[in-house]
Amino acid sequence: MKILTLFLLLFTFSFSGIAGEFPEPMKPARLVNDFTNLFTPQQNNALERKLKSFNDTSSTQIAIATVPSIYGYDPNDYAQRLAEKWGIGQRGKDNGILLLVKPKSQHEKGQVAIAVGYGLEGVIPDAIASRIIRNEIIPQFQQGNYYTGIVKATNVLMKLSAGEFTAEQYAGKKKPDSGIWLFIPFLIVFIIPFFIRKRKGYTTGSHGNDGFPPIFFGGFGSSRGSSFGSFHSGGGSFGGFGGGGFGGGGASGSW
Amino acid sequence: MKKSYIILIVIVAVILCIFFWFKGTYNNMVNTRENVAAQWSNVENQYQRRLDLIPNLVSTVKGYAAHEENTLTEVINARAKATQMQISIDQLDETTLKKLNNVQSELSSALSRLMAISENYPNLKANQNFLDLQAQLEGTENRIAVERRKFNDVARNYNSYIRQFPRNILAGMFGFTPKPYFEANAGAENAPKVEF
Repeated sequence: MKILTLFLLLFTFSFSGIAGEFPEPMKPARLVNDFTNLFTPQQNNALERKLKSFNDTSSTQIAIATVPSIYGYDPNDYAQRLAEKWGIGQRGKDNGILLLVKPKSQHEKGQVAIAVGYGLEGVIPDAIASRIIRNEIIPQFQQGNYYTGIVKATNVLMKLSAGEFTAEQYAGKKKPDSGIWLFIPFLIVFIIPFFIRKRKGYTTGSHGNDGFPPIFFGGFGSSRGSSFGSFHSGGGSFGGFGGGGFGGGGASGSW
Repeated sequence: MKKSYIILIVIVAVILCIFFWFKGTYNNMVNTRENVAAQWSNVENQYQRRLDLIPNLVSTVKGYAAHEENTLTEVINARAKATQMQISIDQLDETTLKKLNNVQSELSSALSRLMAISENYPNLKANQNFLDLQAQLEGTENRIAVERRKFNDVARNYNSYIRQFPRNILAGMFGFTPKPYFEANAGAENAPKVEF
């Protein structure tokens, strides 16, 4: 059945030509468009919730797309055109970011690109986008930790676009402690609940799907406070992209 | 008496119609030409941005790969040529655009040779400053591609507007000439790969 649908998809793609190279955004609208099932449903929802709450508070739209192929395009170019087609960000503010992943396959290198909307080029210059790819994403992706890489990258992107720290601070900070500070939220989220739970002494697996503490799905980093509230309610769904424009800002990398 | 009134009114109405058609068409042509001019300056800005990056890039590479003099000189010369090549929107036609394309693609290939030799210098490749410059250069190349694509779109819009009958008569009278297009760049003509 899966093969049949794949075949049908390829069949329609080959006839729709250029349009098929750039998928339509998922319906209902989501910020995480995982076309290759790179994430588990839990990871997917956690990411979606985190990015949605960032969109709600700042109107900056950070979208994630995983695609099976970039059809011979340069990764930057592909990310650019896809982001422009979807209109990520708000019209006029042009405050959208697209994080594009083409997973590594047996025959092909993995490709990753960050396309930065016109309005965010000042806070996320190309050199910084490139550093995010080199420092946060590629090392994780090389070990197959797609989710961790994406989470780390989105954390930095959110902080940069919210003005929590500047590109210079990020660039300066990276060299000496090589990302240890980014590990701190992980410590808080994983280790501490683990100890708390152990002290209470009940059996594992009673709640949390993968044995992850439920706090995990509330998102971490700067958005933790706001996403706590939306954890149980779901917080409504994402309203859709707003027609933001892109001018070629961003960077790409491969592994 | 009554008849001549009617004739007068008809003549005035016809003249008014022609006037408003003229006014609307002329102003539209001016507006679309302004769009083309604005987009052309966006293209030029991005080319300029690339030129501005090069001195820094050359001096960084020089620090690690001083004896790659040929490649470095090529880049410097190609940049000097490109710097002299400034085309205003009024001078823009098939021949001048072709010249510009030649000069810029010469610079592109000199730059890609420079980036290729950097592969042989691990110290250079590990230099944060160089990596940042490389990212900026790639970003600028992207922006150039995007602005060129957008230029083609607005130029196509303008050209088809002024070429259609009866606007072409008006365009000819007031010197609205069609604008040339950029050829598709290498990435865009790649045939789509299908993977199984």
